Amino acid sequence: MKRSILEAARVIRSKNSGPFELTLDVMFRDRRHFELFRDRRIIDAPLIARLYGVAEGDVLGVVWFEPSNAVKATIRRRVPSGGPGDTDIYGAQQHAPLLGIEYEDG
Amino acid sequence: MKDGLRVLSPTAILGYGFPEESFRNGISKHPDLIACDAGSTDPGPYYLGSGKSFTDRALVKRDLTFMLVEGLRLGVPVVVGSAGGSGAAPHLTWCRRIVEEIAEEHGLSFRMGVISSDVEKGTVKEALRAGRITALPFVPALTEEAVDASCHIVAQIGCEPLIAALKAGCHVVLAGRCYDPACFAALPVMQGFDDGLALHMGKILECGAIAAAPGSGADCAFATLYADRFILEALSPKRRFTRESAAAHTLYEKSDPYRLPGPGGVIDLHACSFTEVGEGRVEVRGSRYERTVPYRIKLEGTRRTGYRSLSIAGTRDPVMVRHIESILEAVRAQVSAQASIPGTVRFHVYGKNGVMGDTEPVREPSGHELGIVLEAVSSTQEDADSLVSVARSTLLHYGYPGRISTAGNLAFPFSPSDVRMGEVHEFSIYHLMDIEDPAAFPLEVVEVKGGRA
Repeated sequence: MKRSILEAARVIRSKNSGPFELTLDVMFRDRRHFELFRDRRIIDAPLIARLYGVAEGDVLGVVWFEPSNAVKATIRRRVPSGGPGDTDIYGAQQHAPLLGIEYEDG
Repeated sequence: MKDGLRVLSPTAILGYGFPEESFRNGISKHPDLIACDAGSTDPGPYYLGSGKSFTDRALVKRDLTFMLVEGLRLGVPVVVGSAGGSGAAPHLTWCRRIVEEIAEEHGLSFRMGVISSDVEKGTVKEALRAGRITALPFVPALTEEAVDASCHIVAQIGCEPLIAALKAGCHVVLAGRCYDPACFAALPVMQGFDDGLALHMGKILECGAIAAAPGSGADCAFATLYADRFILEALSPKRRFTRESAAAHTLYEKSDPYRLPGPGGVIDLHACSFTEVGEGRVEVRGSRYERTVPYRIKLEGTRRTGYRSLSIAGTRDPVMVRHIESILEAVRAQVSAQASIPGTVRFHVYGKNGVMGDTEPVREPSGHELGIVLEAVSSTQEDADSLVSVARSTLLHYGYPGRISTAGNLAFPFSPSDVRMGEVHEFSIYHLMDIEDPAAFPLEVVEVKGGRA
């Protein structure tokens, strides 16, 4: 049965990492969910590229950070912060596409 | 080297505030240093370009008053980095005037070090020609034209210029644009503490209590640094540090949580451990610093691209909501055909894709109303005003197909409906520059004499 990432994660957020990058964090509820996602590569560069409509080359990396049971992906901002047509100067409300990720438990 | 060096971080950004009780708790622990980072590029390019602060003067003065009065009473250094928010000359002067005003009002006398981090255009162009400029990811290669067009160029300085000021006996150090952790790490590094631990401690403290649980950017944090570890604690009974909250903070606003690059090196956290040691305290060990050669420093610059005016409105009409895309497209075409005013008109449609723009995965608005911010950017303020005015009146009375509400398409919450936003800036420089001497930023040492002592 497909489950929502909201059952596995306690924090899902986005933020600028400098004016040219957007960094996306998912912090899992516990080590078990972290390992489930990491070992099955449920979140990877192609998925992030697809969700955010960027080329895979615009995904700077997907890093699994065990001390926080977290995964981080960093992508090119659609527009540099404050540039023409920017909609989110701090980049703090660009996490919604991640909320639709699903996984199978067990 | 002392046994332990105690550091008080009052708040995440000077001017964001802190509860007085937390601050007093911190003071009662006899800190050896009170430090605060005052800046960020997060609020966007306008502030560096225009020379204005993104924080409020009265609030900055309030925070600084506590820090100066108590720091000088305890006889410990007060260090402020990225003064005025962006740290260029006008920001540094703005913050310096506030310090002088506080000294006058409270009768405080002290030696102050003021460090400029502005970089001359000629220096940047010379480095560019010599191949000593590196673009950061997704940043276009630097050109001399971009350097010439920049309003202010600042370097994110490291610990070295701050150490020079502390060695000169300054009680108060005000730095221009500064690597946030350096405000906290300069004193311990000067005293011989490990750079990796000192900078990692600074990396956490620079955000005030954001790394505590529950997190807050408007509350204090405290750390004690030893030879082989540092211990974090919150100063409000409402918060504590946890293994998770401290570790999670290394993810914040960074592209790689294991490697945090800064001026002249990288904080490497692969071997780092976070351990809860009771009473809401967390012990951190194993943070390492790797020096990089050549010494690279980050430059930030912005250029002015025009002027902006806005109009804010909403619509509650179901036909208009349903056809908003084609209506705005038609209005845009009509505006550019009718009015020969140079510039660009954009519509930010809240309730549709105002937050995510073209990357919004939900294609059809489902709400009963939409908020519309009409934006005009032009090369003069007058043209931006005219352009937003004509876009507003055209959209207000545009007769779209199927229209049943024929008296006007928009609800304006305010009169006047249009707002002058002033200068528009964009980041023109966000590059690394190789430098020879990281301490070589101008330090001015002044004896501040308070008024009614």
